[in-house]
Amino acid sequence: MTAYNSRILKPWMVVLAGLVLILFLFLLDLALGSVRIAPEEILNIISGNASKKSWEYIFFNFRLPKALTAILTGAGISVAGLQMQTLFKNPLAGPSVLGISHGASLGVAVFVMSSTILYGVDTNLQETMGSWGLVLFAIAGSFLVLASVLAASARISDSVTVLIVGLMFGFITGAVVNILQYFSDPELIQNFLVWTFGSLSGVAWSQIKVMGPIILAMLLLSLLYSKQMNALLLGENYATGVGVNVASTRIKLILITSVMAGTITAFTGPIAFIGVAVPHLARLLFRTSNHKVLIPGTIMCGIVIMLICDIVSQLPGSQTTLPLNSITALFGAPVILAIIIKNRKMKGAF
Amino acid sequence: MTRKATTQQQPTGLPAPILRTSGLTVGYKTKGKLLELERDLNIEIHPGELVCLIGPNGCGKSTLMRTIAGLQKPLHGDTFISEVDVKKIKPHQYAKLLSLVLTDKINVGAMTVMDIVAVGRYPYTNYFAKLNPEDHDIIRHSLESVHLQDYKDRFFSELSDGEKQRVLIAKALAQDTPLIMLDEPTAHLDLPNRVEIMNILKQLAKETNKAIFLSTHELDLALQTSDTIWLMHREGSLISGTPEDLVLSGMFEQVFYSNAFQFDRFSGSFKVLHEQKGKVSISTNDLHSIWTRRALERDGYQVIDTPDYAIRVAYDKDQWRLTTPDSTYECKDIAEVLYHLRFKVNFPEEAK
Repeated sequence: MTAYNSRILKPWMVVLAGLVLILFLFLLDLALGSVRIAPEEILNIISGNASKKSWEYIFFNFRLPKALTAILTGAGISVAGLQMQTLFKNPLAGPSVLGISHGASLGVAVFVMSSTILYGVDTNLQETMGSWGLVLFAIAGSFLVLASVLAASARISDSVTVLIVGLMFGFITGAVVNILQYFSDPELIQNFLVWTFGSLSGVAWSQIKVMGPIILAMLLLSLLYSKQMNALLLGENYATGVGVNVASTRIKLILITSVMAGTITAFTGPIAFIGVAVPHLARLLFRTSNHKVLIPGTIMCGIVIMLICDIVSQLPGSQTTLPLNSITALFGAPVILAIIIKNRKMKGAF
Repeated sequence: MTRKATTQQQPTGLPAPILRTSGLTVGYKTKGKLLELERDLNIEIHPGELVCLIGPNGCGKSTLMRTIAGLQKPLHGDTFISEVDVKKIKPHQYAKLLSLVLTDKINVGAMTVMDIVAVGRYPYTNYFAKLNPEDHDIIRHSLESVHLQDYKDRFFSELSDGEKQRVLIAKALAQDTPLIMLDEPTAHLDLPNRVEIMNILKQLAKETNKAIFLSTHELDLALQTSDTIWLMHREGSLISGTPEDLVLSGMFEQVFYSNAFQFDRFSGSFKVLHEQKGKVSISTNDLHSIWTRRALERDGYQVIDTPDYAIRVAYDKDQWRLTTPDSTYECKDIAEVLYHLRFKVNFPEEAK
């Protein structure tokens, strides 16, 4: 009988290993790219003694923002996934799976192609509103889809069926985006299409200044709701029974999730499958469903996985950069398959 | 005397009730129509009292439970727990008055027993659910009360159904409320576990002076353990009384009326009614005769105890003797008796 909660790895050991790994991957991510910068050179660049001026330029304007974006994205999208899994009581929930990223895409599409949509209006929304506008549209889009899927799923108990509902919402928003494209300038469409591949490198400092504080604030809020989320794991009635206001907690969690997923998607494009897969990785590592442990654990695992995906997409030793979405899908989709197959045998993968 | 719920009088000398309803009407509002299941209930539960709610399926047991638990709004009337009007309090205050054990399935893979019981402390802990030494004491004590003190670090999902139910009772205990409500706590459990759960609850009521209120379909267990039974009628009335008073008053027969079975006041349990094939007499009352009687009844014979009736069975020295007007059969076991009765004996028409 292995019924006892035998933790071979103590949590602090996992955390320490995680932090070391993050530091290592962060440096590796900074060093690798089409131009190779030696890791020891990175310290020189930071202290202002770069041996080449061009390296300094590449480092500060491309590498550093990209690596920071990877960290913010990995943490944010994974916690968004975790919150959705708790919210839906469904191990398969996640921003990309349930159409939340699609909702954000719709917002972005409306925003990017707005000049053609708002015929009479002469101003270009993008220029007047900048990053904040993009984020607001993406958040609005993801909130719309998340709230709809949640409302629809209230009548469905089977988790795989909810997945199909999410897919349908994804199709609907996808169709709307296609129709938008039909009326748009080819140039704008191309901008949009490149965005849909998902990329961490398109995020400039000015955008990180918007994204960073939002994500950090949402992660903090998420931690503050760990108690309510634990109660929700026992089901709505038990949560009510211990004094949790279920309806208001739901709305707050939906808001946090859509702000987080919407913001990230606005800047990096839809990132597939990370949100579903990483929380499971964290559960596996920390052997707990307690959000007090699981949220920090998910943040840690999310950062590690995102940095690895970014490093792999650089294709070390090559000049080519692969689309990030393909890498994350290659990592995440098998995890989903594994959950579905495991679920057939044992109910309740989380 | 049974106390009719609607005209219940407060016996003198009792402490103030933990649960009291006043003119409570429960039911549903569907498409603007009111569906009233229970009307104008005035019921009370006192400290240390174990109350079982019994009634046929579909009579509104769950609706009444859900309404008292605050999971559903009453159509009319008020509920008071420890004399606090629950309509006027916030969810976290409610949670300090009433704890729940429900039939909802809990599907969490990696939550330990400790994690689940700690949820019971949520109404008292801060934003981060930090447990202080007192909380830890209460949790340990709660687990001891359900005999699970060594299960703290076990995963909930790996426990048996009986153990899971005890963990949830520990969670309710940790919540430290004057009233604990349990919705069919013995459903899906085998007999030893059912008995254990009821014993634990009975003991808790006596030791902690909490009021414990549960719904159940286990009539035998309820009759043997509860202090008070609330018997719910399909027509929407609720009768409360001590189990024995209710049995003697014939209320069980009335509430659970059916053609297929009958409530037997002597044994306090239900007897399945079979189509009558004929009369057989058994006049002795030893162990073998009692089980022979049961076998005959199960097979559809009416057993009488007239000693000289034409068709009779008697047990003597490891043998059953079946006497009929035509002949006598010596049988080595009950199966043989039944065989002969079925195929060899012609029952007189008037006996049917």
